[in-house]
Amino acid sequence: MHPALQGLITIIVGVSGCIGYFYFSNQFLDKVLFPARGPNIGRNINRANLVRPWLFLFPALLALGLYLAYPVVETLRLSLTERVAGGGYTFVGLDNYKQLAIEPKFWEAVRNNLFWLLIVPAASTVFGLLAAQLTDRIKWGNLAKSLIFMPMAISFVGAAVIWKLVYDARPMGQEQIGVLNAIYVALGGDEPMTWLTIPFWNNFFLMVVLVWIQTGFAMVILSAALRGIPEETIEAAIVDGANPFQIFFKIKLPQISGTIVVVWTTITLVVLKVFDIVFAMTNGQWETQVLANYMFDKLFRANDWGVGSASAMVIMLLVLPILVWNVHNARKEMR
Amino acid sequence: MSGVTLNQAIKRYGDVQVIHGVDLEIEDGEFCVFVGPSGCGKSTLLRMIAGLEETTAGKIAIGGRDVTDVDPADRGVAMVFQTYALYPHMTVEENMGFGLKMNGMPKAEVAEKVGKAAEILQLGDYMKRKPKALSGGQRQRVAIGRAITRGPDVFLFDEPLSNLDAELRVDMRVEISRLHNEIGATMIYVTHDQVEAMTLADKIVVLRAGHIEQVGSPMDLYQDPDNKFVAGFIGSPSMNFMQGVVEGGKVRLPALGDALVQAQVALPGDGAAVTVGLRPQNLKLVADDASPIVVDISERLGGVAYDYLDTPTGERIVVETKGDDVQPAGANVTLDFDPATAMFFDTTTEARLR
Repeated sequence: MHPALQGLITIIVGVSGCIGYFYFSNQFLDKVLFPARGPNIGRNINRANLVRPWLFLFPALLALGLYLAYPVVETLRLSLTERVAGGGYTFVGLDNYKQLAIEPKFWEAVRNNLFWLLIVPAASTVFGLLAAQLTDRIKWGNLAKSLIFMPMAISFVGAAVIWKLVYDARPMGQEQIGVLNAIYVALGGDEPMTWLTIPFWNNFFLMVVLVWIQTGFAMVILSAALRGIPEETIEAAIVDGANPFQIFFKIKLPQISGTIVVVWTTITLVVLKVFDIVFAMTNGQWETQVLANYMFDKLFRANDWGVGSASAMVIMLLVLPILVWNVHNARKEMR
Repeated sequence: MSGVTLNQAIKRYGDVQVIHGVDLEIEDGEFCVFVGPSGCGKSTLLRMIAGLEETTAGKIAIGGRDVTDVDPADRGVAMVFQTYALYPHMTVEENMGFGLKMNGMPKAEVAEKVGKAAEILQLGDYMKRKPKALSGGQRQRVAIGRAITRGPDVFLFDEPLSNLDAELRVDMRVEISRLHNEIGATMIYVTHDQVEAMTLADKIVVLRAGHIEQVGSPMDLYQDPDNKFVAGFIGSPSMNFMQGVVEGGKVRLPALGDALVQAQVALPGDGAAVTVGLRPQNLKLVADDASPIVVDISERLGGVAYDYLDTPTGERIVVETKGDDVQPAGANVTLDFDPATAMFFDTTTEARLR
């Protein structure tokens, strides 16, 4: 069968399955379980209405439970066990975590993640804010915004490939197709640098990719927040004698501080999970390892499920408080 | 000396001209009210004086100093906005002191001036609160306090009472009036509410479509309007207008059953169309079964009642009656009035005939 036809049939079956579920489950509730007739009609209607929300929630709860809650529990279990040769598992307690703690590559990943955490959200938010403020009042501002936002539409792997080309190095004498080396050589550099192999600094070359992507996100959200500031407060500040910098820092920024926090923490979450960029560009070589890629390495390359799961739990523990704070702030913003 | 002078002030947005060569002289210490229907350019004119809108052409001077191209902060003006425009992240105290802080005044001095302004407006108890925790009236007081703190030569109010409920509006009106007496600074006040204009102003400027229609004291405008627009805008309820025809030194009014009104002004020749204006306060109802004028609705306000009359020409007339002298709805009535209180306007130019 033609794949397109297959896809179409899948869509039709899926959608009608959903509709069918909601229709027939409600029918069952209203006609069979608690029929709106007979001596207990009032009580039946009330009971049916109490049950109904759960009918609607059930598919979502099932999917979340199966694909989110269960894996967390299973990962926790795996992180406390070890596979034995020939199949089966043994409980090993915190041995996997202990092994993590003595692996220099793990600490390298933690250190790098910390750098990512400090730099990428800060840089993305600052650049996004800058872009939002500077493009606010000019005619071609919307064009500039679209350009800055565009990287958001590129997948992390795609972006990694693009930037790999930017950092590309060709032997001296050949034409440099990497923009960075082309500039470097043109400015009098001795010989092309293999940027991604310079320990420590190569981390920052990787971070640039994520900043490049996330700046657009920060800009869009912050731009909307800036537009939401009452114009009169700015005019009042002008009459009060504030200069443009004071207006920006003392009037505008404080009024969008809630949004800045939400943007910041949202990007922080992305950063903690960063995997594709590192995987596609250096795969953690030359001291660029990060936690997610470390986990992938252990789980699927070394096939050490115990240590891999342990590192997954570490990532989750790091993400959790920021996630809670983010949700808390986002809710506060909505009120 | 801090009067405000506008000289042929013009504002254009692209090709659209919204303020057409306004000439205006506001004396030092005067309370001047810009009044007019929405879209007449009164707020734009105020913002031009504040410096928030660029003046396309013409000159604006404050205290004899040409400020046409001067920054808003250096004009010696303070502005109170309709929406209060308080800085939401600052306390009342910080809100009021912000302007002085921006001008680099030492902290102790700022605190002193803020304290003084707070005293005038009785804001002492709220100094540590954020605007969110204040009621509408309190917010507006803080906004006014912020203006006072800066000690400006000219206060600018942009419909400051529009966001308040009716009762609070009356209170704040009195308070602003008291403030003006106390501070004695020049104040310019924009409103579309002619009651506010009448009660507050030393001088009213009536604007329509970017032109000044008339300038004068409230009672001048009420008693001696230059044209039909001003006559209709000032006074509540509005003046009644009826179409009439000149006939031998008198005006025939079809609306009043072809009554002839004696005019003490220079009328155009016989057959010319004129508009006759009669204030509701100057009319009296007399029951008359033969009259074609019918009482449609009566609004009793207690002390006075407003009777809405239907005339044979379809022109509506409002009469203010006092006491219990009330005609029932549906009654046939005639109007009794002193012809000297009638005003006559040229129907085409709307100018007053004198």
